Amino acid sequence: MSGTIPILRMGDVLLTTVHVELRDAVAEAFQADVLAAIEKGQIRGLVIDISGLDMVDTYVARILAETGRMARLMGTVTVLCGMRPEIAATLVRMGYPMDGVHAALDLDEGLERLRSLRGRR
Amino acid sequence: MTPITVTSRREMPVEVEDDVILVRRAVRDLAQARGFDAFASAAVTTATSELTRNIWVHADKGVAVIEELSTGDRYGIRVTFRDEGPGIAHVDRVLAGGFSTARSLGLGLSGSRRLVDDFRLETTVGQGTTVEIVKWKSI
Repeated sequence: MSGTIPILRMGDVLLTTVHVELRDAVAEAFQADVLAAIEKGQIRGLVIDISGLDMVDTYVARILAETGRMARLMGTVTVLCGMRPEIAATLVRMGYPMDGVHAALDLDEGLERLRSLRGRR
Repeated sequence: MTPITVTSRREMPVEVEDDVILVRRAVRDLAQARGFDAFASAAVTTATSELTRNIWVHADKGVAVIEELSTGDRYGIRVTFRDEGPGIAHVDRVLAGGFSTARSLGLGLSGSRRLVDDFRLETTVGQGTTVEIVKWKSI
């Protein structure tokens, strides 16, 4: 792992919490780390907890959505969880489409969501 | 119309990527200290982040000026973003959203405008861009 965002593995699921300010270098390292971990660990699900973020602008939103789309190309489902209400409102008002990721209220629901998404396939 | 009084002014440089974070934090702290609710605070902070990043990405450097405004019955935070970068050639298209020259969805300017109460943009190709936003709060 080269970045500063920790990525935990639980079975075939990756669990990561984004709580630091994303800079270009951190964001790129995060995406590279996630993709490398997916390949190495036969990962089928990625959960990104963003409950620690107090702001998501289009830059951060793009990094998150892009990560989800990259993971999807490798066969992994991404669930974004813990988005604060004011962030959800801000992204919608700006017209940002969060394509590529599913969403859940919190970490528990995120894992549950992942289970049901995978059961469907 | 009640005249607007500027009660404080702080100018911050935008020259490196970390300045984007510093300017955004300054606006967020101010909004929270002055009692903006979470939604209004996130709105002005996010717009600030977009517009500061625009300076850094498109113009390389510039300044952000954070001012506190008062009209007697309203308190406002005004942030002015000024650069001497390339300017914006297709302002109408950019403000309509979805038009991007750099690596983004092109929602930064149009999205920012939707998040604030007042939005003003002046740009001249080859000379630079100034964007001014205000978020108001009833006292």
